[in-house]
Amino acid sequence: MASLTASEAEDTGLTSLLYDPKARGLLFQVLLLTAVVSFFAWILDNTITNLAAQGKKSGFGFLGETSGFQILTTLGTFVMEARAGVATYLDVFWIGVINTLIISFIGIIAATLMGFLMGIFRLSSNVVLRGFATFYVEILRNIPLLLQIFFWYFVVLRALPDKRSSGMSMGFLGEFPMNVTGLYTSYPIFLEGFSSVVWAFLVACVLAWVVSWLAKKRQEATGRQFPSFWVGLLIIVAIPLFVFYQLGGPLEMESARFLNVGDPILDANGEPTGRTASKIKAGYVPGEGGVIKPEFIALWLALSLYTASFIAEIVRAGILAVPGGQTEAAKALGISPSVTLRKVVIPQAMRVIIPPLTSQFLNLTKNSSLAIAIAYPDLVSIFAGTALNQVGQEIEMIFMMMMVYLIISLGTAAFMNWFNARMMLVER
Amino acid sequence: MTFKNALCAISALGMAFGASTASADTLADVKAKGSVQCGVSQGLPGFSNQDDAGNWTGIDVDVCKAVAAAVFGDANAVKFTPLSAKERFTALSSGEVDILSRNTTWTMTRDTQLGLNFAGVNYYDGQGMMVPASLGVTSALELDGASICTNTGTTTELNITDFFRSNNMGFELVAFEKADEVVAAYDSGRCDVYTTDRSGLAAQRLKLADPAAHNVLPEVISKEPLGPVVRQGDDVWFNIVRWTLNAMINAEELGVTSANAAEMANSDNPGIKRLLGTEGNFGEALGLSNDWAMQAITQVGNYGESYEANVGANTPLKLNRAGSVNALWTNGGLIYAAPVR
Repeated sequence: MASLTASEAEDTGLTSLLYDPKARGLLFQVLLLTAVVSFFAWILDNTITNLAAQGKKSGFGFLGETSGFQILTTLGTFVMEARAGVATYLDVFWIGVINTLIISFIGIIAATLMGFLMGIFRLSSNVVLRGFATFYVEILRNIPLLLQIFFWYFVVLRALPDKRSSGMSMGFLGEFPMNVTGLYTSYPIFLEGFSSVVWAFLVACVLAWVVSWLAKKRQEATGRQFPSFWVGLLIIVAIPLFVFYQLGGPLEMESARFLNVGDPILDANGEPTGRTASKIKAGYVPGEGGVIKPEFIALWLALSLYTASFIAEIVRAGILAVPGGQTEAAKALGISPSVTLRKVVIPQAMRVIIPPLTSQFLNLTKNSSLAIAIAYPDLVSIFAGTALNQVGQEIEMIFMMMMVYLIISLGTAAFMNWFNARMMLVER
Repeated sequence: MTFKNALCAISALGMAFGASTASADTLADVKAKGSVQCGVSQGLPGFSNQDDAGNWTGIDVDVCKAVAAAVFGDANAVKFTPLSAKERFTALSSGEVDILSRNTTWTMTRDTQLGLNFAGVNYYDGQGMMVPASLGVTSALELDGASICTNTGTTTELNITDFFRSNNMGFELVAFEKADEVVAAYDSGRCDVYTTDRSGLAAQRLKLADPAAHNVLPEVISKEPLGPVVRQGDDVWFNIVRWTLNAMINAEELGVTSANAAEMANSDNPGIKRLLGTEGNFGEALGLSNDWAMQAITQVGNYGESYEANVGANTPLKLNRAGSVNALWTNGGLIYAAPVR
C-alpha cells in the first residue's frame, strides 16, 4: 500500500467502505438475510394468528390419541400389530411409513432388474428381443402412471376368481392360491433354534467373501482363475441347510386355510364351533397363513414396470457410451461376448448409469404416493388421508409426511452416491 | 442452500400453504370477488353433480346458490370447487372455498377441533350397507369376515369399524380416495359390502353394472346429519349461511314457493312478511339487503322444492320424503328451522 497517494489515503470512512467490494458484499448479504428471515417470520406469525382465530389445536399431542379406524392388512399393520380402536395416530404414522418403504424397496429391486434386462435387450442383435424391448419402453413410459395403476388394479381384480374360490387353475401346474382378496401363501413360524440357522447364514456369507477375496488375490498373483461365484453360492446355501437339518428343522409353515360353503367353522383353538360356513364366511380364513393383497400387487406391478421403462433407456445410454473399441479389444483378446458384457462393458457403463438411476429410484418412491387411488394404505393414504381428516392438524401432519419423504429420498441418494463413488473408474 | 436451511424453508412453506388467505371477513371478501366460492363433491347425484352441460345441480348446490342469491341477488354468482372427502376441510380452512356444501356430516370433532362451524342440517342421513343380492345376506349382523369397500377421509371408516367391533365381528376395510373407484372395486367383486351414507348408496348404485342385483341392508349404523360448513371465527358469514338455509325451510313451512313468493310478500301473515322482507329489517341485520330471503326463494326455491327436484321420489335416487326423517317437522320429520322474528 505504499503506492497510495496522500489524497486516497485520507479518503476513509463510509464512502470508501461502500466502494470496498468485501464490505459491500457483506452489506447486501445482511440485507438479504434480514428480508428472508422477516418474510418467514411474517408467514409464521400470520399462520399462528389465523390458526388461533379459527380455534384450531396445534402441537403433536394428537399422536398419542387412539385412531379408531381399521387399516387394510399389509406389512405395516403386521409389523405394528395394529388393531382398530387400539392403534394410536403414531402407530398409523408408522404403518404408513413401513408400507411406503416396502413398496418402494420391492419396487426399486423389480424396476432395476426389469430395466437392465430391457436395456440390454434393446441393444440385442436378436430382432425379436430388440423389438419387444422397444415396444415395452415406448408403451410404458408414454402412458401416465396413474392410468397404469388403475389398469393393473382393475385387470388384476377382473382376472382373478372371486372370494369364494380357493384359487385359479394353472393347467398342469395345479392351482395357484390367489383370488380377488389376495395371494395366499404359507407363513413361516420360527421355532426355537432358528437363530442358529441365521447365524450359520451370516458365517457362510463371511466365508464366501473370504473365498472370493483369496481367489482374486491368487488371480492377480498367478493369473489362474477360480470359480469363486459358484463356490460362494454353494457355501451360502449348504452351511445353513446343514445346520437347519442338524437342528431338526426348527421351522413350521402355517398354510392358509380355505373354507367352502358348509365347511365347519373352527374357534381360536381349532375346535369345531358347531356352525358351518355361510356364503359370506366362505373364502380364506383371515389371520391364517400369509397374504399379499391385490392392492399391493397392482401398485408394485405398475410402479416397477413404469420405472423400468425409464431405467431401460438409461442402461441403453450407458452401454452405448462405452466406446466400441473396448468391445473390439476384448474380442481381439479372445474374450467371449458374455464375459465382455459383464467384465468390460457394464463396469464402464455403470459410471454413466448410476447418477440418473438414482433419480429414477427417487421418482419411484415419491410416485408410490399414488397408492391412495387404489386403496393401498401408504403414508399419504392413511396419514394424510384418513388420519388428517380425523385430527385436522394439516401443518403438523403434512410436515411430518414431507420429512419422511425427504429422509427416504436423501437416504436413497446418499446410498447411491456412495455406490457411485465405489464404481468410479480407479485410475492407476 | 445447506441441509438445515432447506429444512427451515420447507417447514415454513408448509405453514404458508396451511393458512394462506383465510381472512376473518368472508362477506367482504365474497363481495369483493363478486361470487361465492362453494366447495362441492366430485360428483354425487342429487347432492352435488355436474350435468352434461357443465351445470351443477343438487340439494347441496342449491344451498350455495341460495346464499349467492341472498348476498348478490343472483343465484348464479357461485363458483364451484369439486373436492374429495380428504381435501375438503383443508380447502375450507385455507380459504380456498367460502362454504363447504358437500354432504358433510356434523360431528363434534369437526365442530370443535377442526375449526369449523356447521350452519345447519339440510339432509338427515345415516350410514348403510349394500351387498350383492346373490350373497343371501339380510342383516348386517351376518357380515362377520366380510370385505368392505368405502371412501377414505370420511366418518364412514370410523362408523363401520365401531359397528363391527361392538358386534365382535371381523372385517377387512378397503378404503379408496374417490367414490368411482369404490364402485368399480365393489362391482368387480373385491368387496362383499359397499358402505357409505344411505343417500350415497342410492346415488352410487346407479353406476353399477346391474343396480337391481344389489340390496341395501336395513341397518342404519350411524347418525349423519349433513349440512353446509363455514370457517369458525366469522360469525357474520356463519349467520348468513345458517339463515339462508333456515329461510328455505321456513318458506316451505309457510307455503312460500319460488312461483308464489312475489305475491306472498303482500300476504296478511306477518311471519311471511318478515321472511320476505316486507316487514322488519332482518336482512340488514345480517349485513344484506332486506329482500335476501325473497331472492333466495324466487331463484332457488324452498327446501321442499329443492328436495323433490334433486333427490325426491321422481328422481333416479327415489329417496321418498314422506314418512322419512327428512320430512318437515309438521309432517313428523326432523326438518325444522328457528323462526324469523
